[in-house]
Amino acid sequence: MAVMYNYVRSLILLAGMALLGLPLVAQSETPLPVIPEASSRFSAEQACVEPTEEMRKNHMNYILHQRDETMHKGIRTRQHSLEECINCHVPVEDKDGQPMRITNKDHFCSSCHTYAAVKVDCFQCHADRPVKTTAFHPLTSQASEKTAFHHSDAGETVSADTLEVLAEEGKLQ
Amino acid sequence: MTHKSEINSSRRQFLNGSAIAAGLAIAPGVMLHQVAQAKPADQAVTSDKRWGMLIDTNKCSKGCDACVRGCQTENGWGENETKSGPNQVAQWIRKVELRDTSTGFTKSLPLMCQHCEHPPCVDVCPTGASFKRADGIVLVDKHICIGCRYCMMACPYKARSFIHEDLQDQLPVAPRGKGTVESCTLCVHRVDKDGENAIPACAEACNAEGHEAFVFGDLKNPNSRISQELAKHGGTQIRADLGLNVGIRYRGI
Repeated sequence: MAVMYNYVRSLILLAGMALLGLPLVAQSETPLPVIPEASSRFSAEQACVEPTEEMRKNHMNYILHQRDETMHKGIRTRQHSLEECINCHVPVEDKDGQPMRITNKDHFCSSCHTYAAVKVDCFQCHADRPVKTTAFHPLTSQASEKTAFHHSDAGETVSADTLEVLAEEGKLQ
Repeated sequence: MTHKSEINSSRRQFLNGSAIAAGLAIAPGVMLHQVAQAKPADQAVTSDKRWGMLIDTNKCSKGCDACVRGCQTENGWGENETKSGPNQVAQWIRKVELRDTSTGFTKSLPLMCQHCEHPPCVDVCPTGASFKRADGIVLVDKHICIGCRYCMMACPYKARSFIHEDLQDQLPVAPRGKGTVESCTLCVHRVDKDGENAIPACAEACNAEGHEAFVFGDLKNPNSRISQELAKHGGTQIRADLGLNVGIRYRGI
């Protein structure tokens, strides 16, 4: 009896929708997320830092583990660092030239997290797109040559690293 | 000045010897030592080092806030907090003016987290978010911080700030967000990368101005510049009476 009732109900519903001119696709499932391409591959054999299937399922565990290692022990390996995820997967700007933020549905993280209805709170604190931060660094910045040189002027010892960098840049006479 | 930590002298002598053996003169005035000072990225920090800073207030210029701006640029605070009031915005480092009321003599100095050996902020934290790393750097783990602000009240130096508003465009080296407490990290990202050769952003900015009031280094290494300067000329701890054995020392106050 119940089967009969359901059958009749769906017939009436379909007839009603046809009358109203509503497209039937409105009943189909939520579209699958479009996942943006990463900007580079981890290796020739492997696309991401772990096999893609593993990353899709367990990326949060890698990030969580790395978080505690970095925060408390100062371990700053790049393979599982959130910053590197962002650098590789997220463009600085979206296709309209606006900053690519987590609120944008084309953002790598939100494309999937919106679909799965899982809230991602990393970006309340963390940068949600690549940011260059080495601008002021003494060994990488052109602007602060003065700082790097100052040490040798003062007749102090210079580390092997610094010497190497200075020699490479051809500034060490 | 009081040093409360006891140092094993025989071990210290051994370290001295090995450091001298590692030294290699390649030219007059240029020594190729301090080889491999920076730790590999995959190794944890250890208590073999204790990072500290010596600030010579005689070199610190009165109206100059280069160190504050250097810190802001490096860690991205102060600019993007538009809704917070003047008493609410973050201050990882601030310039403080001391005035002798009897003579009117004034002195200017930068004040930030003093990276105590016995930090009161760590004592009072109910969640373990406020912690001291093995190498002496005092940090807030904002993943665990619940924003109760006990640490802000416990800190004798008023070194900590609370974030009152939603932020965006934070820098990767200094993640920061609403509802958590933060303070000077001694530029921990630079320290992890460059070790003994690291220069915190405040010191770098001060050097760029030509003042050179800051000396950063390892307080446990007797050959480091900071240890040698402290051994030669001494240094003052602010509120040394509290027995916190701070990592930031001052000269000229």
